[in-house]
Amino acid sequence: MLLKELTELNGISGNEDAVREYIKNKVSEMNLECKTDSIGNVIVHKKGSSSDYKIMLSAHMDEIGFIVTGYGENGTLKFKTVGGIDERILPGKRVVIGNSKIPGVIGCKPIHMQEREERGINIKLKSLYIDIGAEKKEEAEKLAPLGDYISFHSEYVEFGEECVKAKALDDRVGCAVLIEMLKGQYEFDLYACFTVQEEVGLRGSEVAAYNVNPDIALIIEGTTCSDVPEVDKQDYSTLLGEGAALTIMDRTSYADKNLVRLIYDLSKKYGIKVQFKQTTTGGNDAGKIQRSRSGVKVASISVPCRYIHSPVSVMSKRDYESCKEIVSLALREMSRNTDYIQTIKNGGTVDV
Amino acid sequence: MECISVLKELSVHTAVSGYEKSMADYIKESFGKDCDSVEEDRFYNVIGIKKGNKSNKKIMITAHYDEIGFLVSGIDEKGFLRFTSVGGIDPKILLAQEVIVHGRSDLLGIIGAKPPHLLKPEEAKKAVKMGELRIDMGMTPEKVREQVSIGDLITFKAVPFELQGKKLSSKTLDNRCGVTSLIEILKELRPFKFDSDIYVVATTQEEVGLTGVEIASYNLQPDIAIVIDACHGDIPDAPKGEAYALGKGPAVAIGPNLHPKLTKKVIEIAKSENIPYQIDIERGDTGTEAWATQVSRSGIPTILLSIPVRYMHTTVETVHANDIENTAKLAARFIVKAETEMEELLCF
Repeated sequence: MLLKELTELNGISGNEDAVREYIKNKVSEMNLECKTDSIGNVIVHKKGSSSDYKIMLSAHMDEIGFIVTGYGENGTLKFKTVGGIDERILPGKRVVIGNSKIPGVIGCKPIHMQEREERGINIKLKSLYIDIGAEKKEEAEKLAPLGDYISFHSEYVEFGEECVKAKALDDRVGCAVLIEMLKGQYEFDLYACFTVQEEVGLRGSEVAAYNVNPDIALIIEGTTCSDVPEVDKQDYSTLLGEGAALTIMDRTSYADKNLVRLIYDLSKKYGIKVQFKQTTTGGNDAGKIQRSRSGVKVASISVPCRYIHSPVSVMSKRDYESCKEIVSLALREMSRNTDYIQTIKNGGTVDV
Repeated sequence: MECISVLKELSVHTAVSGYEKSMADYIKESFGKDCDSVEEDRFYNVIGIKKGNKSNKKIMITAHYDEIGFLVSGIDEKGFLRFTSVGGIDPKILLAQEVIVHGRSDLLGIIGAKPPHLLKPEEAKKAVKMGELRIDMGMTPEKVREQVSIGDLITFKAVPFELQGKKLSSKTLDNRCGVTSLIEILKELRPFKFDSDIYVVATTQEEVGLTGVEIASYNLQPDIAIVIDACHGDIPDAPKGEAYALGKGPAVAIGPNLHPKLTKKVIEIAKSENIPYQIDIERGDTGTEAWATQVSRSGIPTILLSIPVRYMHTTVETVHANDIENTAKLAARFIVKAETEMEELLCF
C-alpha cells in the first residue's frame, strides 16, 4: 500500500535517497519519464494534449529527524535535530541510524533516580543521547559514523475510525497524492515535483520551481491539526475528519486568492469535504515556489495531521481521500477549461 | 541468544499489577516442562514445584511478572481518554507514545502532545503532568464510549528492539528479565536431584506494594528465599553508585534486608565458579520483594540478585542477555550448595 510503504521509508532532509528510489520505481512502473535535478528533486513531466500551460504539483520527500554529531565515552551517540522537533517528545523513543538501520533508543534517567526538581522540568535536547548498545566509543563510531542520519522508528498502523498512525505523514501523504495524480491525462503539461529539504528551509522546491517555471503550482502537504485536548478552540488550525485544508496564508506564503476560491468552490459544488486552515503558523514549499522567477500563482491543499513531526502522527483516511479528490477535481476542471488557468494567471476570478 | 527470544516473548505479554490472570497460563506453560507440578494461587502467583526426595526443607525463588500500566479514568467530550497510572511512571516519557487500550477489544491509542508553537514559555519548560495528558483513540466520542469503559486497562505498546551486543530493549523488562532467569534456573537445575522442595514463583502486584510475594511466602513458608529483580543499569547521567554496568553480571545486594551468611555464600560461589557479579549496597529497604519475604511468618532468610536494566519504567528498558544467564547460573549454583549446607548456613 502506497502510504504504508512511503511512510515506513526513512528520508531525513539531505538524505532522501530511499524515498527518491521508491518514487522513481513507481513512476517507471507507470511508464513515465523522470529527471533528478542537481539538488535531488524528482521531477516527472507528463506531457499534455496541448501544452499551452504548465501546472506544477509539489510534495516534499524529506521528513524531520536527527543527525549523529558525536559520541560519549560509554558508546552512546550525541545527536542534533534536522528540522523542527519538539524536544519534549524525545525521551524513551526508538530510532534507527544510517542506511544500515542500526536500532537505537533515546535514553533518559529513570524517574526513581530523578531529584524532585528534575521531575518537574523537561529534559533538554543537549542532555539526551542515543543508546545503540555499543560498549565503547570506537564501536559506536564504526556502526554510526558522524553525519549518519537518524529517523524515528514507527510502523504505519490503521486504527480507530478510519485513522492512521505513522511517522513522516508530513509529507509522504503529498507524495502519495502526486503519484495518484500522474495516472490522469491532462490538456496542460503536468510537472509532479517530489522535492527535497523542505524541513530545513524549503530548499528543494526553490530549485524545482525555477527549473519547471510553472503557470500555477499546487502544493500538497500534511499540515498541523491541533484539535486536541489542552488547546483552545480558537487555536485549532484544522479539524481531523473535516476534509483537506486550504491555506489562506502562513508564515511563508500568501496563497493566490482566486485560485483558492476556485478550488473551494469546486469542492463545494461536487460535495467534497473541505476546510480552511485557520491559523497562520507553519510554512511550506509554497513560500519559495510563489517567489520563483517572475512569480507563480500557488495554493496549498493539505491533509490535517495531529502530532505532526512526531513518530505518531495521526491522520484520517477520509481527509486523505478528500485531498486526492480535490486535487484531481481541480486538475480535471483546469484541463477541461484551460481558460481558468489564464484567468487565474491574470489575477481574475473564475465562477464555477 | 535463546534467552533473548524468551525475554522478547515475555515482554510483549501484558500483566498490569492486579490484572495478571491473562498471562498466568503462559508462565505456567513455560515452567511446566521443568517442574513436577505448577500451581496458581488466589493472587495469580504462578508456582513451579520441583519435589524433593525428602521434602524436609523448602527453597523459594521469586521474580515478579506484573508490569506498570494505566487505567482509564474518564472519557472527555471529544472522545479522548483520561488516565491514571498503576505503578510509578514518569509523565515526561508519555508524550508521543503508543499504548494499547484493553477495551472491548485491544485498541491502539496515541498519547499526543500539545503542538509546540501553542506552548506558553513556562509550559515548554515545565514537565507535563499525567492529568494533562489524554489518549487519542481516533474515534468519535460515541464510538469510544461504546468500546471503552472507565477502569479499562492500558499498557505500553511493546516494540522489542535488539541492540548491539546481546542487548534487548522493550517494555516490561523490569521484571520479565527476572522471569526469564527463573526459566533459565529451571534448566540449570535439570541435572540435579534434591532432598528439598524447590519453588520457582512468578509473583504478582509487586509494582503496587509487594502484594503477591507476601501471599506466596505465607503459603509456601520456605526456609530460604531468593529474590530476583531489576536494578538500575548504567547510564551516562546516573548518580554515582546507584547504577550497575550492563553485561557485568547480577548485582548481589548487601545490607540489613538480606541474610548475611547466605549473601556471603552466594558471593563465594560467584568467585569460585567465575560468574561475574557486582555488589549492590542497600542501607535499608531494597524496594524489592526481599523486603516482604524477610519478615514473612517467622521470617525467611533472603538473598537478592538484581539484573541491571537501563531506563527503568519506560518503553525502552534495556538489558544484556548475559546478565540474565549469569543470574540464573549463580542462583542455580547457590540452590545446589544451600540445599546441602542449609543447617549450617542458617544459624547465626
